[in-house]
Amino acid sequence: MALKYTKKTINHFLHPQNIGEIKKPDGFAQIGNAVCGDQLDFFLKVEKGKIKDVKFLSFGCASNIATASIMTEKIKGMTVAEAKKYPWQKIVTELGGLPQQKIHCSVMAVQGLKKAIADYEAKQGKAKIPTIKKVTRKAGKKKK
Amino acid sequence: MKVYLDNAATTRVDSRILAKIKPYFTEKYGNASSIHALGQEAFLALEGAKNLVAKAINGDSVNVIFTSGATEANNFIIKGVARANRTEKKNKIIVSAIEHPCVLESARELIKEGFKVEYLPVNREGIIEPEALRRLIDSSTILVSVMAVNNEIGTIQDITTLAKITHEHDAYFHTDAVQAVPYLKLDVKKMGLDFLSLSGHKFYGPKGVGVAYINRQVKIKPLIIGGGQEDGYRSGTYNLPGIMGLAYALELAYQERSAYLKKVKSLRDYLWQKIKKEIPNVAVNGSLKDRTPANLNVMFHSVEGEAILMDLSFKGVYVSTGSACSATDLRGSYVLQAIGLNKNFLNSNIRFSLGRYNTRSEIDYTVKCLADSIKRLRSFSPIK
Repeated sequence: MALKYTKKTINHFLHPQNIGEIKKPDGFAQIGNAVCGDQLDFFLKVEKGKIKDVKFLSFGCASNIATASIMTEKIKGMTVAEAKKYPWQKIVTELGGLPQQKIHCSVMAVQGLKKAIADYEAKQGKAKIPTIKKVTRKAGKKKK
Repeated sequence: MKVYLDNAATTRVDSRILAKIKPYFTEKYGNASSIHALGQEAFLALEGAKNLVAKAINGDSVNVIFTSGATEANNFIIKGVARANRTEKKNKIIVSAIEHPCVLESARELIKEGFKVEYLPVNREGIIEPEALRRLIDSSTILVSVMAVNNEIGTIQDITTLAKITHEHDAYFHTDAVQAVPYLKLDVKKMGLDFLSLSGHKFYGPKGVGVAYINRQVKIKPLIIGGGQEDGYRSGTYNLPGIMGLAYALELAYQERSAYLKKVKSLRDYLWQKIKKEIPNVAVNGSLKDRTPANLNVMFHSVEGEAILMDLSFKGVYVSTGSACSATDLRGSYVLQAIGLNKNFLNSNIRFSLGRYNTRSEIDYTVKCLADSIKRLRSFSPIK
């Protein structure tokens, strides 16, 4: 099998961090990949604009589990704004690389996190305001 | 403990076979096409190997063509027969939906050349119904190709009936029998087979050698041309150690057939009984009745197949999801799709394929590891 996982990836697969659910989460998202059939559920607890706790559930391959595990480890304690910008490339670097056909797992983990944050923001009633602001700013930049 | 339950992917070379082929590397290393004594010794060995293969499948030794494996044999037969027999009226080939990728990809290449390709569906049990062939076949059909035994779910096809229907329509019949040794008593005459493919490493012989059994009455275009070996059907220096290994392994497989079948069946049944007993929410894919006694393909609800495979691998238990060649492919098994497995279950399957060297204590260990793995992976699955 042409699948070479790093020791760190294997370790996160065998001993995933932040596994489980959070009851009454501040943010929740479910994300799936139609091609490989993988699924991730993310639960967020936010306090004073910071990710106080994050947990996840996985129906996925070893790298699906490992990428979500390391990402949750890294974003715990970040501000929501920071976590929202956490790039998938960072997951790959943190794990010491991923097989080419497994890169999409890191992308899916980040997408799931963003979706959970969006859910949190929507619940806060703040969702629309920052989104519109961002869009206008971008649009403005383009005009220049 | 190391447990190898991936014998449908490849097998360990039998030490008796290894001992028999060693001299062909160092002593009887002549080129079977050379006229001197060393070459002629090799040529005689080659003839002997052809006789052994022919005897095992009740064929004629002149029809035995050695190739680099079954992938080459299938490419050669499917493309070679289609290309050589194409006329204005005949331009169709029929293959089953659950063929090995080397058959499906060969067919796809023919589509690009303007051939019409039709796919035989399988029923929920993984069996091709003769009626399905009757519906698709017509006078424009050149070749029908149906595997004798499926590599993922081990189901056995009624090759004899399918070949008969094919001949009623003046078409030729090919079977990829790679997974059929020694489970089926292959008899090209009784079964009415024009073409058949075999692969040495699936029955305790070496890798890199296969057989294309051909009906010499039928036109076929060679795939590999050059020095004109195998009467021009397949050029390239005869891989004598491989060829001898395949022939001896095939002979041995049928000599020891009944004891072998009894053994793998009792272990396979024991494995399935134990899995059912120890692990909830499991189901077997495909017919348990019409399959080889070495195969077990199981769906483990709410856990992902590759995760199970990896978890087991760290415990020294080697299995596969679907087929080994699809291990790096993300999509769910097309074979399980073809038998109508629910979309939600397509990525939760493990293939166990047993073999000559497995023991009962290995099965005990496997199920113990499996139960732990499934329990762990289910503990954090979002699917309930």
